[in-house]
Amino acid sequence: MAGGTSSLMDTLFQRNLDDVIKGLRLQLIGESAFISKALDEIRRELKSTDPHSKSTALHKLSYLSSLHHHDMSWAAFHVVEVMSSSRFAHKRIGYNAASLSFHDATPVLLLITNQLRKDLTSTNELEVSLALECLSRIATADLARDLTPEIFTLLSSSKVFVRKKAIGVVLRVFAKYPDAVRVCFKRLVENLDSSDPQILSAVVGVFCELASKDPGSYLPLAPEFYRILVDSKNNWVLIKVLKIFAKLAPLEPRLAKRVVEPICEHMRRTGAKSLMFECVRTIVSSLSEYESAVRLAVAKIRELLVDDDPNLKYLGLQALSIVAPKHYWAVLENKEVVIKALSDADPNIKLESLRLVMAMVAESNVMEISRVLVNYSLKSDPDFCNEILGSILSTCSRNVYEMIIDFDWYVSLLGEMSRIPHCQKGDEIENQLIDIGIRVKDVRPELVRVARDLLIDPALLGNPFLHRILSATAWVSGEYVEFSRNPFELMEALLQPRTSLLPPSIRAVYIHSAFKVLIFCLHSYLLQRESITSTCPDNLALGVSELVLKREMPEGSDLATCEGPPAHGEQDEGFNPRVSNQSFEDLSVENGGERIISHGQTSTPGTLENGYTYESIVNLLNLIELALGPLIGSHDVEILERARNLLCFIELIKGKLPECLVQKEENLESEEMKASKIIELMCDAFSEELCPVSVSAQERVPIPEGLVLKENLDDLETICGDIQLPPSISFSLGSPHYEEGVSASLSDLQSKEESEPSNESTSLLREHRKRHGLYYLPSEKNEIVATDYPPANDPKLQDYLNKDADDLVKLTEESLVAKKKANHAKPRPVVVKLDEGEVVSISAKRPELKDDLLSGAVREVLLGSDTRTTSSRSNPSDKSSSKRKGKEKLNIGPSELKDNLGDAEKHEHENPSSRRSRHRTHGKERRHKSPGKISEETEENGQKGKQKSSHHHAKHKARRRADTPLDVVSQTTVIPDFLL
Amino acid sequence: MIRSVMVMNTQGKPRLAKFYDFQPVEKQQELIRSVFGVLCSRAENVSNFLETDSIFGPDSRLVYKHYATLYFVLVFDSSENELAMLDLIQVFVETLDKCFKNVCELDLVFNYCKMHTIIDEIIFGGQVLETSSTEVMKAIEEISKLETASNSISLVPKSVSGWRTR
Repeated sequence: MAGGTSSLMDTLFQRNLDDVIKGLRLQLIGESAFISKALDEIRRELKSTDPHSKSTALHKLSYLSSLHHHDMSWAAFHVVEVMSSSRFAHKRIGYNAASLSFHDATPVLLLITNQLRKDLTSTNELEVSLALECLSRIATADLARDLTPEIFTLLSSSKVFVRKKAIGVVLRVFAKYPDAVRVCFKRLVENLDSSDPQILSAVVGVFCELASKDPGSYLPLAPEFYRILVDSKNNWVLIKVLKIFAKLAPLEPRLAKRVVEPICEHMRRTGAKSLMFECVRTIVSSLSEYESAVRLAVAKIRELLVDDDPNLKYLGLQALSIVAPKHYWAVLENKEVVIKALSDADPNIKLESLRLVMAMVAESNVMEISRVLVNYSLKSDPDFCNEILGSILSTCSRNVYEMIIDFDWYVSLLGEMSRIPHCQKGDEIENQLIDIGIRVKDVRPELVRVARDLLIDPALLGNPFLHRILSATAWVSGEYVEFSRNPFELMEALLQPRTSLLPPSIRAVYIHSAFKVLIFCLHSYLLQRESITSTCPDNLALGVSELVLKREMPEGSDLATCEGPPAHGEQDEGFNPRVSNQSFEDLSVENGGERIISHGQTSTPGTLENGYTYESIVNLLNLIELALGPLIGSHDVEILERARNLLCFIELIKGKLPECLVQKEENLESEEMKASKIIELMCDAFSEELCPVSVSAQERVPIPEGLVLKENLDDLETICGDIQLPPSISFSLGSPHYEEGVSASLSDLQSKEESEPSNESTSLLREHRKRHGLYYLPSEKNEIVATDYPPANDPKLQDYLNKDADDLVKLTEESLVAKKKANHAKPRPVVVKLDEGEVVSISAKRPELKDDLLSGAVREVLLGSDTRTTSSRSNPSDKSSSKRKGKEKLNIGPSELKDNLGDAEKHEHENPSSRRSRHRTHGKERRHKSPGKISEETEENGQKGKQKSSHHHAKHKARRRADTPLDVVSQTTVIPDFLL
Repeated sequence: MIRSVMVMNTQGKPRLAKFYDFQPVEKQQELIRSVFGVLCSRAENVSNFLETDSIFGPDSRLVYKHYATLYFVLVFDSSENELAMLDLIQVFVETLDKCFKNVCELDLVFNYCKMHTIIDEIIFGGQVLETSSTEVMKAIEEISKLETASNSISLVPKSVSGWRTR
């Protein structure tokens, strides 16, 4: 009694869902605290024996799971309990909870089969609907198999409310248990004849889903779909039927011919935009060879494009991009709208129009379009700017730059793109710069020029997005230094102080390129000297230069020595936060270095241009020593290693180089020989040209005997577990913050010293500013924060954006038209392409087993039923029909069997004339395909047999397998005919 | 096929979340969050479509509509028509409006079950089964009739709120 009252009290004061929601909104104790308290309550209440408390608790739990994301899989058993309640309100809560939380791996699913069966056969249509709804979400292969008979019955229910849901659930049942097709498919097809719009809409929806996965199997149903297409007035149904035809038409040209007119008719007549758009999409995607239909569709697209509704405009652009590849004129006709859309406020529309513009690009107009787009990207917001740049890059590089004729232009475009403030496509530009350098010999001089311009600009070093590009330019200028007009200038650019802003890996590229440049300079110097000594052994000239040298040398060495110690003291080289206060000294060192450079350069302005003097070489060596001296203490292995290589090389050369100039001392002749030998050796080492490598090159190397490639290396993980990131990455992760600080302080100081004699790089920067005023901020701002860019969406900009769009339209007016062949001043240079090996071979993807089974079953049912009609006419064979009978007997009661046979008869009488002519016309065509089908079919049966040999279907499986050859024979003769 | 229906307010709080292929709760939360992240960054008066391949995988599109403080979101694949999906949101909202007379966010907060029932009548296992709000209303009325009938059979009043509603 006492227990009874307490449970009564519990139920009396149990909080229901409304109370929980109210409590959540009041938030007296905070949301998470409230929820965990509620969950505790729910746990307790779920254990209650009273069905009402239990279901209320479950109701609350489902709510918390759905909207507050709390796991409820632990309550699965309680869900089953509540589902089995006799009261509708409870049952509903249980079913909703089940469809919310059950999935294929839920163990208690095994327990609900009988409950579902009971509810599916209930007389209350709402209970049936609950069960169907749940089944449509959670049905597993087992559930689908066991409940197929019930669903079969419901498919012909007299209640529309139930029947439409039964039709809906078929989709899930077929997907999970393809054999259900053999039972239910015919009833499903019958529903296509239904006059009820709800039923029709449901069944067409199901066929649309089925056909989207495997259109071929549903070709035989085309006559039914065609009838719906012509007769139906319901837009929802028509849209779905159009989707089906969009899938079927490409498979059967005669079907396409048949449907194109009704579709156009709908397109003309309908007032519903959704249906009109679906017609347009069907035409342009699947029926694009019908010129007049496409014309009509494009006219409708135009209506969409000029509509004020952004949704319609967006969809219109999308339809246009579907039509673009096959009907280029459609885009040309609408090019104004397309280009105007580039400046639309809607990001979707902008993107879509960009895609269209890119689709218009061809060899003849690539320059104009790229120019327009690059200009455009300067004024767009960062995201869209990068979209533009990305699409230019990918379009131009398509198929090994097949579109590019003038590579000089393209390379300078790449350079220009790098300077766009929002540019974040560093990786891609880097790849292309190097790729073009390797592939296209003729473009190298221009490439080096572009690289130089980028390299020499100290402002670019502050932008981390450009670092990858700079790495490419450094590599290019090192690799192809022979095309450079002034290698000394390159060297200065490579060693400029702001390179400390670069990440270590890229800095290493810089140093290595400096090495290459140095070798080149020394080599040229030696060559030149040899020629001088051999042609004009004028001692006087040499004496003069010697004098200059004598005067210069002490100064240089003095400086070198006096800068030496502090530089060594600065071994950490500013990467370590602890020495940030030393950056000032560091800077003074660097400034000192610069002053030397400028000094050296002012003293020998003429010789730099004309050739290599001894003095300039010495300056070069000093410069390198000065710049790299601090780096031999770097923490980064790559930098350390490369800096040391270079410095040691200089050490090696420096001792010998001066003497080799002094002609008089003959005994040093051998030393000179040594030096030039070394240099020649190094030069040879670098002169080997790098070539592109085929993607598949490695595959072509035969695997040596005894090499095990597929060994399982999982054990390595336990050993190498701790080694996660390469040091350079972790380093760059930690450093940017500090680097920025340095750059700021550094540039602060620089701006303070603005009045001092400017070195070459700043003067260059000024020159650049003058030329490309657009790309830079006023100088002070740029100096203060190196990574600061102009605001993206400047309201002022927006103003003339629109005006700009008009200009754009005018600009592209000519360029978009496939105009006269561009007059190529020079022929297209050779682009090194490798053999077809570059094309990655794609192995044919195997279709999924489940789909295979499903389509197999559908084909069998559709074509099988036809078989009977044809075979009864040509040569009576009872086998197939008896097989069918037997099978259905297994699954359905005998009453259904009769019903089913009747169906078959009806089906047969439906259009007997249409089926007669079929195999006459198509017999041959089909026969070609049959061998493949045979193997497919038998294989599939084999798999099925293996899979399910345990359960009770094994018997008829075996029989079916025996029948298979007959099936195949019949298939070869059966062709759907929808033309009559 | 429709993959998901979501209703969330402009602060990103979900009011309804249905996924027609099973998603674990953590994944649901993540999806809702990323959808909201995209939605709240969009301006007014732009198109209502989104390409959501990055959130929902290939062949997925999203349509949303913004009513007062609520976003109504449908995620679907290529076998649905975009404009029809927009209409479907309209049907859903109309039905809610009929149900609650000038529906507002609070109605949806306190009538979670009813909203659930409505969407279940319109979308069944990811397919559109009903597009007429009158038909939906009919079904809803019958369901609630049966529910109250099944509740009133009980002899003992089961909860305080049960009393209140009577």
